[in-house]
Amino acid sequence: MSVLEGWEAVIGIEVHVELLTQSKMFCGCKVGFGDEPNMNVCPTCLGLPGALPVPNRTAIEWISKIGMALNCEISETSVFHRKNYFYADLPKNYQISQFDIPVCHDGFLDVAVDGDTVRIGIERAHQEEDTGKSLHMGEGGRIHAATETLLDFNRSGVPLVEIVSKPDIRTAAQARAYAQELRNVILELDVSDAKLEEGSMRFDANISVRQEGAPEFGTKVEIKNMNSFRSLERAVAYEIERQVDEITSGGTVIQETRHWDEEAGVTHGMRTKEGSSDYRYFTEPDLVPIVIDATWQAEIRQSLPELPAERRARYADLGLDPHLAGVLAGADADLRAVFDHAVDAGADAKAAAIWITGEVTAWLRREDTAPGDSPLTGEWLAALVAMVSDSKVSASAAKDVLDGVMRGEGAPEAVAEGRDLIQISDAGAIAAAVDEVLAANPDAVERYQAGEQKVVGFLVGQVMRATQGKAEPKLVNELLREKLS
Amino acid sequence: MPIDIDIAHVARLARLALTEEELEGYRRQLGDILEHAAHVQDLDTSSVTPTAHPLGFVNAFRDDEVCPSLERAEVLAAAPEAREGYFVVPPALEGS
Ligand SMILES: [Zn+2]
Repeated sequence: MSVLEGWEAVIGIEVHVELLTQSKMFCGCKVGFGDEPNMNVCPTCLGLPGALPVPNRTAIEWISKIGMALNCEISETSVFHRKNYFYADLPKNYQISQFDIPVCHDGFLDVAVDGDTVRIGIERAHQEEDTGKSLHMGEGGRIHAATETLLDFNRSGVPLVEIVSKPDIRTAAQARAYAQELRNVILELDVSDAKLEEGSMRFDANISVRQEGAPEFGTKVEIKNMNSFRSLERAVAYEIERQVDEITSGGTVIQETRHWDEEAGVTHGMRTKEGSSDYRYFTEPDLVPIVIDATWQAEIRQSLPELPAERRARYADLGLDPHLAGVLAGADADLRAVFDHAVDAGADAKAAAIWITGEVTAWLRREDTAPGDSPLTGEWLAALVAMVSDSKVSASAAKDVLDGVMRGEGAPEAVAEGRDLIQISDAGAIAAAVDEVLAANPDAVERYQAGEQKVVGFLVGQVMRATQGKAEPKLVNELLREKLS
Repeated sequence: MPIDIDIAHVARLARLALTEEELEGYRRQLGDILEHAAHVQDLDTSSVTPTAHPLGFVNAFRDDEVCPSLERAEVLAAAPEAREGYFVVPPALEGS
């Protein structure tokens, strides 16, 4: 990649998110993925003459939530526009969208990349409607050899939010991290299932390159058809290199839309589409303006949940390192609640976080159990953490205790007693076992006294065996050395 | 001053196949409209509140509730061609 030295990429990402409302954006048809084709259609979403759109209030609240979560300003007044173009899956020949006054504008999202935090600006988030779905039928399903197109309008009119970043992204890794963090925010807001494979979250990237320090942007290329975070990262990395190669070998980058080919790992130029000015945007005469006044905004703001970045910061304040805070922030909500309650009950935050993200998660996965179905409470986790730090049970016995708790055997203390896992921390009882072991192993004692220190390990093992592993190892060690010297 | 219009481009965007005569006629008519709009733009509107809609109200919403959709058989019966629940149309390619 030395060819990239001295070059800088300028990347902006457009993300489309389908809102998972009950009904569509402008009509009462059901929003549903995977239904039989053309079951959820009506005159409005089929674009039949005379049908009138009426906006879904919930969608407007949800896009406002998205904007607030992305630190955007919410336009008090915004309007819908018609974006005009001809395509078979767009039955009205225009898409209702927003143009110069979107609901949300000028925000940012902080993204963690390789231990650093990068602030990516948000240009805007606007409300629009999704199109229908076209299936191009023909030889091998290849679009170029299609002989006919099948249309399903179930998706037509589903509320769609387009979120446009500022060109603040510089690397493929940042592009991926931005898209992932944005998805986490959307999921936290519970406004979309944001499934990449089903297309309820989709992204396009605008990429240009310039020599480092150059004041102007290079020619911008739009990349489409990236269906996973991995393909987004690969496509961006490929395209940056392609553009630098093009320029350094004497060519020029042309402004175009390119298609990412996942299998070949390359981008292909597509036939150019109508330019932006050809969409002939004009205000949608069928819809009156939307006014989201201060009162409504305050109501919506109150419904915002704790966002991933806020949660990570809260965990960091509890003393978790960034990695652990990040893993825990991405954990299941029920598990996070157990963690929060454990900390409230006085548990050491780091120890509780390690239990939750480690042993507890592993147990649930192993036993194929949903986090919400586990009997583990915050109080019990706090008790378990305390039992380990007070040496009531050994670290390995603590895993057995957890197993018992998870299987419904009761509180940690009860499980530890029931499974006979309480450590012997009574010096007298351990001393008796130590004496027995020393009497039974005179040669080991002799070797120790001749200077062979490591023989202590063997003797500790013998004492642990004599106590069925329940003696507190630290105490055993102390007593052994005391008696040997 | 007459405004320069690429009337053939405008017709193409609207998918209208126009004869030379029609193109000339629409060029003139559209020119008149744009000239009139230019006059309006010359007006001092600094004291006028921008308006996006002639109706004097805002926020005409509906609740997020599902209403019955149309019968699919009825919908597809209106299409020139349908199969297995889909509308069938000539191959639609990006940009064509
Ligand atoms: Zn509908």
